[in-house]
Amino acid sequence: MLTYALRRLLISIPIILLATFLIFMAVSVSGDPLADLRQLPNITQEQIDNVREARGLNDPLPVQYLRWLEQIPQGGFGEYLISPRPIWPDLRRVLGNTLQLVIAAEVLAFILAVALGALSAKRQYSVFDYTTTTLSFFGYSMPSFLFALFLQVIVVQIFVRTGVRIFPIGNLSSANPGTGIAFVLDRMWHLALPIASLAIFSVASYSRYMRASMLEVIHSDYVRTARAKGLPERTITIRHSMRNALIPTVTVAALSFGTLLAGAIVIETVFGLDGMGRYFFQQIGRRDPYPIIGWLTIVGVIIVVFNLIADILYGYLDPRIRYE
Amino acid sequence: MSEHRTPRNEHGIAGPQDQPLGAGSTLSEADELPSDVIDVEARTQWQMFRRKFLRHKLAMGSLVFLVVVVISAFNAETIAPYAYDEVNVIEASSPPKLEGLHLFGTDQLGRDYFSRVLFGTRTSLRVAGVVAVLSTLIGTVLGAVAGFYRGWIDAILMRFTDLVIIIPALAVLIVAASFFGQGQPLRIAVILALLLWTSLARIVRGVFLSLREKEYVQAARASGASDLRIMFRHMLPNTIGPIVVNMTLVLAAAIIIEATLSFLGIGVNPPTPALGVLINDGRSSMQTLWWLTIMPGLALVAIALAINFVGDGLRDALDPTQQEH
Repeated sequence: MLTYALRRLLISIPIILLATFLIFMAVSVSGDPLADLRQLPNITQEQIDNVREARGLNDPLPVQYLRWLEQIPQGGFGEYLISPRPIWPDLRRVLGNTLQLVIAAEVLAFILAVALGALSAKRQYSVFDYTTTTLSFFGYSMPSFLFALFLQVIVVQIFVRTGVRIFPIGNLSSANPGTGIAFVLDRMWHLALPIASLAIFSVASYSRYMRASMLEVIHSDYVRTARAKGLPERTITIRHSMRNALIPTVTVAALSFGTLLAGAIVIETVFGLDGMGRYFFQQIGRRDPYPIIGWLTIVGVIIVVFNLIADILYGYLDPRIRYE
Repeated sequence: MSEHRTPRNEHGIAGPQDQPLGAGSTLSEADELPSDVIDVEARTQWQMFRRKFLRHKLAMGSLVFLVVVVISAFNAETIAPYAYDEVNVIEASSPPKLEGLHLFGTDQLGRDYFSRVLFGTRTSLRVAGVVAVLSTLIGTVLGAVAGFYRGWIDAILMRFTDLVIIIPALAVLIVAASFFGQGQPLRIAVILALLLWTSLARIVRGVFLSLREKEYVQAARASGASDLRIMFRHMLPNTIGPIVVNMTLVLAAAIIIEATLSFLGIGVNPPTPALGVLINDGRSSMQTLWWLTIMPGLALVAIALAINFVGDGLRDALDPTQQEH
């Protein structure tokens, strides 16, 4: 098991490197990273040349990339091109905020999807089943940014008409968030709409998987046996059926973590949250390749780790699976 | 391991199916059985497909809706009550109303939003159409070659799939669209197509891997058919089911992604109307003119939803394991 995990991690390293290299090249060839600098009123060509020389922009691109790679083991993702500030503190800050959002959305989506999927499988072809099926189509057809905007419009319109502010439509915290429990509650209040917007697609997709695997399980022999020996229906559903039906759903949820991270790019932009997504989007606008490939490395590692977690969970939940 | 990872979902919507949906044995069987021996009317595969699809009410309704939308969008000049940039200060900031045919209301400049949405839909549909056709071509050809010849093409395709799993596609899209898109619909469409072909390639590869061992392929080879002829004349028709279903998925995805990019300001550029652009325009005035966000948004959802319903109907109709009731 351990060797399997290690091997998977090792295989993924060259893939992440290739990805960062490709993106580095794409960002570098596509524009002048010093464009912002040239905008400054008192700047001379000589100063720009000095910056180019100092930041190594005159070297061939692969050399620049290798220089970035060299400093990774020393801990850190280098500095911004224009202002010599380290990138890592910024990345760490936004990573923390985004993980709160994404993990909350993942947990919420998973719980909801398991409940909805299991229930619609238990009541196959009922009104409830058809309703959730139709709603899941909505979930697939509604871009998350649009759902976020609709929520914002509703909240804003309620505020305009009644003066009641149900949820904030931006920012991570109030001006005076307080400390301890008050801070956590304030954060949850601020993140409610972003979490809901981010979770909607996942609820739609996970619940389909849950319904399908639950349907498979409740028609299996051992469930009939459980019923025949007179177990209460509750026990059959929760202990016997749902446990097994959860296996593929857990895997899908873990594998979809990357999709949620990508979805955060849009959601954080809509709600103006200081997270990974908005950071990525801001840096794209500045044509500085270093924060972008740093971002990509972190996201790549997170996705690889979650894929690995998915595999390990799968093996743990289903003892028939063996990894060598 | 990887084959255990994706669970089979019998009614799933998004999960690409690896099985050939319209696999070909039914056609020859139906032809061979004389209809008086068994008391069942012989139907060709196409007839069976058509019967099943026509009975799928939601899919049929959606198809009719889509046809109406496509025809009106591509004749927007004649159908729209106003030009998309026609300013009318007297009618400015009006909520949706029948009077003056401002069905979706007007913005601060009095531009009619129904007309703008119609023109925007045309742009979005054009982009999505190009994406669907282009990505289907790329995915089919590469998937077919990889499945038929195996070898290094197959290896590269599979490594590429690994790459796509690790990098979020949206991040790559944002990089590509903001640097190479230049706000032009066609460029955006090409970028989307270049990133959306992979799932179809994997599906076609899977089908080709199983089909290449079939007797009729060996028969074709024995009678001297060239590789190209075997691939595109004999095997491809048996892959058409999954390809068509995947095309609807890509179509819906392309509309949604294009809207997202345009909304973020890196898709289609503002003077050109596209649904995402309109939604972004309306955003700044959601306190007062809420319909400027809601109406283009609803149009977008309705189109994506209809495409997904049609795709679902196609999947059911092409699935030989689903019985008619």
